[in-house]
Amino acid sequence: MKPLRAGIDIGSTTIKVVVIDQDDTIVHKLYKRHMSSVSRSLHALLDELSDVLGDVELSFNFTGSAGLRLAKHIGAQFTQEVISATSALRHHIEGIDVCVELGGEDAKIMFFDGVNVEMRMNGSCAGGTGAFIDQMASLLDTDAEGVNELAKSYDKLYDVASRCGVFAKSDIQPLLNQGAKKNDIAASIYQAIVNQTIGGLSQGRKIQGKVAFLGGPLTFSSELRKRFIEFLDLEDVFIPKNGEVFVAFGAALESTNPPQSIEAVRTKILEYRKQYKDTMRKTMAPLFESDAAYDAFKKRHNQSDLKRVALKDYQGDAYIGIDAGSTTTKLVLIGENLELLHSFYAHNRGNPVEVVKNALLAMYEHLPDAIKIKKAYATGYGEALIKNGFTLDGGEVETICHLEAAKHFDPNASFVIDIGGQDMKCFKIDHGIITSIVLNEACSSGCGSFIETFAESLGHSIEQFSEMALESKHPVDLGSRCTVFMNSSVKQAQSEAASSKDISAGLAVSVVKNALYKVIRAHDVEAEYGKNIIVQGGTFNNYAVLRAFEKETGIEVTRPVIAGLMGAFGAALIARSRDDEHESTIMKTDKLKGFSFMRKRTTCRRCLNHCALTVNTFSNGKRYISGNRCEKGAGLDASYEDIPNLYLYKYDKVLDYANARQNGSVKVGIPLVLNMYENLPFWQPFFNALGAKVILSDRSNKALYEKGQDTIPSDTICYPAKLVHGHVESLYEKAVDFIFYPNLPFNFLEKDHADNHYNCPVVAHYPEVVEGNMDHLDMQYFMQPYLTLNDAQKFSDTMVGMLRPYMKVRKRAIRKAFAIGMDHYLKFREDVQKEGERALAYAKQHGLPAIVLAGRPYHIDPEVNHGIPKMIRSLNVVVLSEDALNHLAAQDKVSVLNQWTYHTRLYDVARYITKLDNVNMVQLVSFGCGLDAITTDEVKDILESHQKLYTQIKIDEISNLGAVTIRLRSLLSTMQEVDHG
Amino acid sequence: MADLVVDNGRIVFTEAMRKEYTVLVPEMAPYHFDYFVDAFTSEGYNAKLLRTTDYDLIHEGMKYSHNDICVPAMLVIGQFIDALKKNVLDVHKVALIITQTGGGCRASNYIALLRRALKKAGYGFVPVISLNTGGLEKNPGFKLTPRLFHKLHDGMLFGDLMMTLVNQTRPYEKTPGDTEKLKAEIDKELRDYFMHKRLFTWRKQRKMAASIIKRFAGIEVDRSVIKPKVGIVGEIYVKYSPLGNNHLEATLEQEGCEVVTPPLYDFFLYSFDSRVYDIKHYGGSKLERFVLKCIIHYVEWRRKKMRKQIKKGNFSPGVTYRHVKKLANGFIDHGTHVGEGWLLTAEMIDLIEHGAPNIVCTQPFGCLPNHIAGKGMFKKLKKHHPEANIVAIDYDTSASKINQLNRINLMVSNAMRQRAKEEPNDSL
Repeated sequence: MKPLRAGIDIGSTTIKVVVIDQDDTIVHKLYKRHMSSVSRSLHALLDELSDVLGDVELSFNFTGSAGLRLAKHIGAQFTQEVISATSALRHHIEGIDVCVELGGEDAKIMFFDGVNVEMRMNGSCAGGTGAFIDQMASLLDTDAEGVNELAKSYDKLYDVASRCGVFAKSDIQPLLNQGAKKNDIAASIYQAIVNQTIGGLSQGRKIQGKVAFLGGPLTFSSELRKRFIEFLDLEDVFIPKNGEVFVAFGAALESTNPPQSIEAVRTKILEYRKQYKDTMRKTMAPLFESDAAYDAFKKRHNQSDLKRVALKDYQGDAYIGIDAGSTTTKLVLIGENLELLHSFYAHNRGNPVEVVKNALLAMYEHLPDAIKIKKAYATGYGEALIKNGFTLDGGEVETICHLEAAKHFDPNASFVIDIGGQDMKCFKIDHGIITSIVLNEACSSGCGSFIETFAESLGHSIEQFSEMALESKHPVDLGSRCTVFMNSSVKQAQSEAASSKDISAGLAVSVVKNALYKVIRAHDVEAEYGKNIIVQGGTFNNYAVLRAFEKETGIEVTRPVIAGLMGAFGAALIARSRDDEHESTIMKTDKLKGFSFMRKRTTCRRCLNHCALTVNTFSNGKRYISGNRCEKGAGLDASYEDIPNLYLYKYDKVLDYANARQNGSVKVGIPLVLNMYENLPFWQPFFNALGAKVILSDRSNKALYEKGQDTIPSDTICYPAKLVHGHVESLYEKAVDFIFYPNLPFNFLEKDHADNHYNCPVVAHYPEVVEGNMDHLDMQYFMQPYLTLNDAQKFSDTMVGMLRPYMKVRKRAIRKAFAIGMDHYLKFREDVQKEGERALAYAKQHGLPAIVLAGRPYHIDPEVNHGIPKMIRSLNVVVLSEDALNHLAAQDKVSVLNQWTYHTRLYDVARYITKLDNVNMVQLVSFGCGLDAITTDEVKDILESHQKLYTQIKIDEISNLGAVTIRLRSLLSTMQEVDHG
Repeated sequence: MADLVVDNGRIVFTEAMRKEYTVLVPEMAPYHFDYFVDAFTSEGYNAKLLRTTDYDLIHEGMKYSHNDICVPAMLVIGQFIDALKKNVLDVHKVALIITQTGGGCRASNYIALLRRALKKAGYGFVPVISLNTGGLEKNPGFKLTPRLFHKLHDGMLFGDLMMTLVNQTRPYEKTPGDTEKLKAEIDKELRDYFMHKRLFTWRKQRKMAASIIKRFAGIEVDRSVIKPKVGIVGEIYVKYSPLGNNHLEATLEQEGCEVVTPPLYDFFLYSFDSRVYDIKHYGGSKLERFVLKCIIHYVEWRRKKMRKQIKKGNFSPGVTYRHVKKLANGFIDHGTHVGEGWLLTAEMIDLIEHGAPNIVCTQPFGCLPNHIAGKGMFKKLKKHHPEANIVAIDYDTSASKINQLNRINLMVSNAMRQRAKEEPNDSL
């Protein structure tokens, strides 16, 4: 007789145990969230099991990512979880074509072709689906189940970035702030998961036929399944009974080891736990050496505080500051002598307006008549919304508020670093003005709130959790790239039996390292930013983070006790400084009580950006529109339309080609992607000269992207490259004779001072990826020659053979056409450069600031730049591009190997604008652009060595511009101060 | 003490430094680099190989390099700075050496990043030598003389030889530790061999190789155990360096596999060949093209001789460069030669065709060329070779090891299953 078999599935968040008998029938099953300690929970589960079954002998088999190490250490059998799932699936049902399994940490997909199974797991960026849902749930003030409920009745889906959890959150957070409906957001979150799964895992294979859904999220969330079913148009779906223990069941089926008693396994696990304590790798020194050190530290930091006076004891004028942040809303009321009279700090829970209303009402209730509110100012993400809604006296950019607040605590403050829930902001202060601002890019966002949600998921409050860190003896190193990676590392640490204390301390250090080495990029903080450092933002209320920061930098910093309220305090200070005889216009109790507002979401159709607008109509009749990139959407006049904008200019030029009348019998399809945005002025005249017509792919948009997303082989590649797939799809629909997309390892020779003139590997060779991965299309018509554009002879040698099947041409004709194309291309470049010169002159003549938005030619695609150029222009700024000015730059060497044509332009223009007043540079960087890791540092060095500000904006699929707007507004206000001050 | 000479903002490695300074070499390929360092030493340099792998190094790398740069750069920079900070040597008498490939990949810029990092860490005075064949940067104190070149060539041959022999023996040894013991012994002898001032081009070289092969063949093995062959391909640093790939070779062997790592030499021939391609297709010096072609022919001729010897010892010598090159046809154009380019694809095909359809494709997180020649080719490979069992693993200082292990484990499980299907009687 076969013994009883036990399958134990240790996933990233849960442990599942299934015991089956000889007929493969489930005798007993257990399911438990292991919170933080795998071995402890497993121990408890085994206890439970022996209570039920008595001390029987079982044949054990482990599975699941967190069980790998444990199983190895205790010498037990281990089956990889995908294999277990496959085995269980085969046992249950025949004829499954595809299986999608989403877990807490990993996403998997299995394609069944008869006996063969192709199995895939997500790449490192796309980790943590389950954890992502938990995080989103906490943003929506509910739990995973609640998200599912919400998603049941939605009206519309928003575009939410699907590359990873961090990016998705960056899109969702502002949606919440703008008051999008929670139901819509919940459904959009699910849609993002669907897109991520398809984009990251299908890699050219269609998810179709009979599809099985496995894993926690797909088992428990009916709406997530529904999103998959609707999006993929599935008809035959299999959801197993006992879905939550399905993989454990598979492991039980696979179990072949000789049986042993439960007791024996339990003893081994105990040993493992003990043994582990000594072998843990990658640990760091504790945060505090002694209790005394901790007490001294705490005492020192509690000194930086405001004078506090109770509301009832105060009389006189008072000032309100409201900081409507991304995750939290802060409000302070200060007196004439800067006494802190009242403060308020709460989560937005998706509805900042409601939070502010209640906060004000609560404050008014205790407000004695002797206090007169003179001015009220707002700041933060929701500045405009709050200002308009509650008729405040004014608003101010976040950074300025923080500056004012920082100066109060240390008049000599040289550097301020603010780590909030979602964003990090740092700025350097020189002679009382901000001289450089660093804001985090998308990858670093959400660090602060990550600790908090993580603490909650373990059932601790953030205060308890940070206390725990202080006791840690061996903080674990959890990496610093982003919260998705940190989350994976936490899971690993948990499976290695690290304690919650050590994890808490490790997270604190990770957040600090992320800030120091990824955001500020400082190697020696004291040398670069001085000693008078103010740290603030809610995250620094966590003593562990504060301590980690001091340890890492070796500087004793100032952390005001009101660290989380600094923005609001600064706004109140500004309100105070704008004092006049009038009373504040802010809504009073009676009006507030009757205050209500309505939100309507619409899509702006005034241009092709199709911004998703939120129209907030307040009960006083005021309307506030958010989500717009330009003033058109806000329904305001657009008098700045005359301001030159090179991005729009170049894009229009390219579109002129698309709309041009062409003659010719042969139709050549060209995808308008990557370098084609610059090379089209060569190719179109070239083909026209040969008697062929050029048909371009459709313009980029999200729908076009989705059309091609299932053939993208690499999920970490840049968004412009991902878009190529959709463009090629669209060309096939146009019935062209052949598609032409050349490999161009080298770019045009442009300057002789550069070391070389390469294209980046992706731009150069993406046609190979198209051919290799889009083979559901007929690749016979896909032409991808390797060419040089610098040698007409070599060019025509290759082209003649390529074109022959489609047109009768001779080498001579090709050479002639080459010359014509080249001529057009040079004229195009010249034209762009002339427009660049005109734009510069215009800025000077009208006294306008100008920004060189430096990137790559393909950044003119509105789907790639997300309307940033338009948004900048709406701030009354002339927008220039790097390729419109580089001809003016002197020929100069740089310290890096200067071997990419597009990069040479960046360096040249950076150096050129250092000599110009009122012109600054903002570098657009696509996520995943490896080469920009080199250019950004070099450009930054060039600019900063000439006292220019450097700003970088990282773009990807994320379309929300909230953070970008704040960054640019801060930049502009600093620009003014630096240039005039 | 040697004076610092600055040329175009860069500290030059002078003739005087050659005598006074210690040149630190970062380890990339564990089988090869000892021999290279010994070869340098024999030519009058004080060379020292950095073998550090501790956690401090990763931390320094993170601190002094751009966070989005790929992991090889971060680790090499970290390794150097960590070594300088630990002050074992007089930092004013230390120079660093790093290879510079000069292709369209960002790897050709590692040297600039290293210099920037040094400056930031306060070691701006430390000269960095670029080791390249394209004449990118010149240093009077460092010359790639024909003799040094030939010694490095020899090191490459012996490194590849040792890697092949160890990988084909260790998984099957009867007494655990035999292979390692022999390797240590031979390494000692090879050390004397490479430390010798003279260049042994012919007889001694062949005798040495023959003796090594013979002794490896003498290790008692049990080849009846069925072990799936797993190939390692990918970005050059994480492919070979245990520091970069979390000891992948050892991990795979522990999982019960035989590791097949394509020779390092192919990568260098490929680099030369890429230049040949460029000159042919996009123009350039015909003389250079001729010289490069000659070098490739010469090396291939020498490798052919060694391959024969390996075969005689009943080991599998692997295929010729020309053969690997041919394999790329129909998959990817030879014009794709950024990073590992077509060679990466071709190596995968070679592995599949030679009984190792199980492949770990290693890449630094965000590696650009790998998007094309690695992950970008999987689909095509699987279409033509359905048995291909490839897993792509991202390496990053922040990536969790358990995630990597889990994916490798999946690939190995598949390999085991496949193996069991083929040999039903031996499976248990």
